[in-house]
Amino acid sequence: MAIDFKLSESIDTQRQMAQMVAEQMMRPVSRHFDEHEHDIPWDYINAMWPIMRQNPMFGAVDKPETATDPNKPKKPKTGNVRMVHLIEALSWGDAGMYLTTPGGALGGAAVAAAGTSDQKNRFLARFGDSETPVWGSMAMTEPQAGSDTSAIRTTAVRDGDSWILNGEKIYCTGGRLSLEESQGLVVVWATVDPKLGRAGMKAFVVEAGTPGMQVTKLEHKMGIRASDTAAVVFTDCRIPFDNVLGNPEIPKAEATAASADAPKGFKGAMKTFDATRPAVAASALGIARAALELLREQLSIAGIPIRDDVPVNEMSAIERDVLELEAQHKAAWLLTLKAAWMMDSGEANTVEASACKVKAGEAATVITQKAVELLGPLGYTRELLAEKWMRDAKINDIFEGTGQINRLIIARRILGFSSRELK
Amino acid sequence: MISFSPSEEQALIVDTLKRFAKDRLRSIFREADENGELPADILSKGWELGLVGSSIPEQYGGFGEFSAVTGALALEELAWGDLASALALSAPASFAFAILAAGTEAQREALLPQFSEESFVNATSALIEPRLQFNPRKLQTTATSDGNGYVLNGVKSYVPLANSAEHFLIYAAENGQTQAFIVPAKTVGLSVGEREKLMGVRALEVARITLDNVKVAADAKLGGEAGIDFGRLYARSQVALAALAIGVARGAYEYALDYARNRQTFGEAIGQRQSIAFMLAEMLVEIDGARLMVWEAAWKLDNNQEVTRDALMAKHNADKTVLMVCDRALQILGGHGYIREFPVELWLRNARGFSTFDGLAMV
Ligand SMILES: Cc1cc2nc3c(=O)[nH]c(=O)nc-3n(C[C@H](O)[C@H](O)[C@H](O)COP(=O)(O)OP(=O)(O)OC[C@H]3O[C@@H](n4cnc5c(N)ncnc54)[C@H](O)[C@@H]3O)c2cc1C
Repeated sequence: MAIDFKLSESIDTQRQMAQMVAEQMMRPVSRHFDEHEHDIPWDYINAMWPIMRQNPMFGAVDKPETATDPNKPKKPKTGNVRMVHLIEALSWGDAGMYLTTPGGALGGAAVAAAGTSDQKNRFLARFGDSETPVWGSMAMTEPQAGSDTSAIRTTAVRDGDSWILNGEKIYCTGGRLSLEESQGLVVVWATVDPKLGRAGMKAFVVEAGTPGMQVTKLEHKMGIRASDTAAVVFTDCRIPFDNVLGNPEIPKAEATAASADAPKGFKGAMKTFDATRPAVAASALGIARAALELLREQLSIAGIPIRDDVPVNEMSAIERDVLELEAQHKAAWLLTLKAAWMMDSGEANTVEASACKVKAGEAATVITQKAVELLGPLGYTRELLAEKWMRDAKINDIFEGTGQINRLIIARRILGFSSRELK
Repeated sequence: MISFSPSEEQALIVDTLKRFAKDRLRSIFREADENGELPADILSKGWELGLVGSSIPEQYGGFGEFSAVTGALALEELAWGDLASALALSAPASFAFAILAAGTEAQREALLPQFSEESFVNATSALIEPRLQFNPRKLQTTATSDGNGYVLNGVKSYVPLANSAEHFLIYAAENGQTQAFIVPAKTVGLSVGEREKLMGVRALEVARITLDNVKVAADAKLGGEAGIDFGRLYARSQVALAALAIGVARGAYEYALDYARNRQTFGEAIGQRQSIAFMLAEMLVEIDGARLMVWEAAWKLDNNQEVTRDALMAKHNADKTVLMVCDRALQILGGHGYIREFPVELWLRNARGFSTFDGLAMV
């Protein structure tokens, strides 16, 4: 090993293919799906399904090692590095449409992070086997519980060989695609005992078509409009006992009081985020790259030079702006790549996953806002996509933990304070 | 294949320098700053670590392979210890690495072997000029061909170790192009002026030098008649300085982090308050991002890729980051940060220099 920035040929080829898809299948219809919210981009979805079945982006079940020769070095994992490259390219095409890419998405990632190997086989198989597109989704957020995930009220009560779920989830990305448009699944976070706080939280897989689960609303949004954001209500929704991800054991109140900072159920959610935050960062940076490229192109058409060989103090204001935006973009991308690489290497990457999310969420927001400004009348018009990218980019500083929450996560880790000591 | 883990050899070098920085540099830096000079043995001790020789190939008497990535890792550690010492140790490297990268075979053979010997080589380079809008690609120091060789005229500023230097690498414009010239200290017309007094890096001896019709032979021009690709050398100096900036920033960040954990106000550690905690989180994010930009640019240098914009971005971003981080570190210490008993004000003074520093180091 050595520090190396060379992308493997196989990932590079896939990245170029994703870029081609973005150019040819997404960009031409990007505006349409922005202006026709709740239309489903089936052409894109159907074209992507055969590819995603073969090579899922999220929640891939690691292929068992076939090598029997113990001397043969294990092939290093590259799934997360590959994933961030594909997401970046697709989001360059259209970040809302990217979120409709069929596959396990956040639900798949949660099963992969928190499930037993039996559960992984049981729940993730459909993302490879099904002839028609299938989606997964994840429902944590509730009307009264966003950043503060410990405040969720959806309950799971054991009843013999079943759990019974009751509660309301909101803002579930892909809720409609996973539950109404396919035989997909949603990973629902619920509490087995509200008195236990985080320790009582567990993740439950609910499959499409389960009685007692209903999509009740599709939100209207500022951006990423091709992606559905659903409310899902559970009314005495009965699911099999072994649909609880990971360890089914219900913690005893007194035993968990001491270890309340590191409850198992909650840890599962956090592990999911270690994988999905770099994905969100990558999506943000795909949008940001689109904006930077358009900006460069328009500046060049207008004959405004962006020089590399003058000192910063001799640069024009626009040259300096572009330099700073591009530097933000590069720093954020490298942080994302590093967080994904650490995940592949089996290194703990919680700080890095939050770091890339903080930087990319902010960079994409600033870059797209500044691009609209610098492009002037070309920026603000709906004839070009810059204004859309600005609307799309902002979500990345919000979901999967807001910028503030990710700063909090980093700060607690580096300072060594618990969530009670640093709120 | 993408990887962020240093090679075993790089890890070993980092480890050695970490120890040197912690044991040696961190025990002298404040006093050196107050006295305006580095202790006599610090340069020889640093030199013994083989900083320059380990990057020079065997055929020129060295004992290693050159790598900009390794160089960046090494400089971060040194600057974490003390920036003034790191810059002093970088002065001969900025001379030797330019010869190695851009010199003719004869220049390499004549000049490089001494850098692998035991005692510190007093060599330095001179790029900066004392004016407001300094532009390394449009130097006011000139080199004019006089048929036999070149005549140099101009004033250089911030030249490290100018008083003791035996060899200078002087950058000057020949027909508007930046070239470099190897000039021995005793050459007629070259005079070293008063020591310059700077806001930071006060332990580093820097001076102006004046070139008044300095005549050098034709073979003093780096790279011979063809000259140099200045852009490439300049990118290497940008990457080196950016790496040094990361080291300073990391030092300040770590100090502030530790302080925020322990300093109590209103019954709690100040780090338990978001306004402090979030500053620290952002410092970490910015340092890590800036470091990766340095690594990537260094890696492109090692792989002969186009790097002009990467180096510009890495340097500019590191300059901004180190200033932001050191300023926040001082803020986190409050009034204590302003007091010279604590190190942070020194780091902030050093940090401010990076937007001015140019060509003082090289990977
Ligand atoms: C389009 C979209 C898609 C989404 N998809 C999903 C999904 O698929 N699954 C899912 O479960 N959720 C999803 N969400 C929900 C999303 O994760 C939450 O909206 C987000 O976590 C913030 O929660 P909130 O909106 O309740 O804001 P709040 O938690 O009410 O926060 C409001 C503000 O206060 C700040 N804040 C909160 N707590 C602190 C603190 N301790 N310190 C400092 N500042 C703080 C926040 O940063 C924010 O700025 C989605 C949301 C949107 C808009």
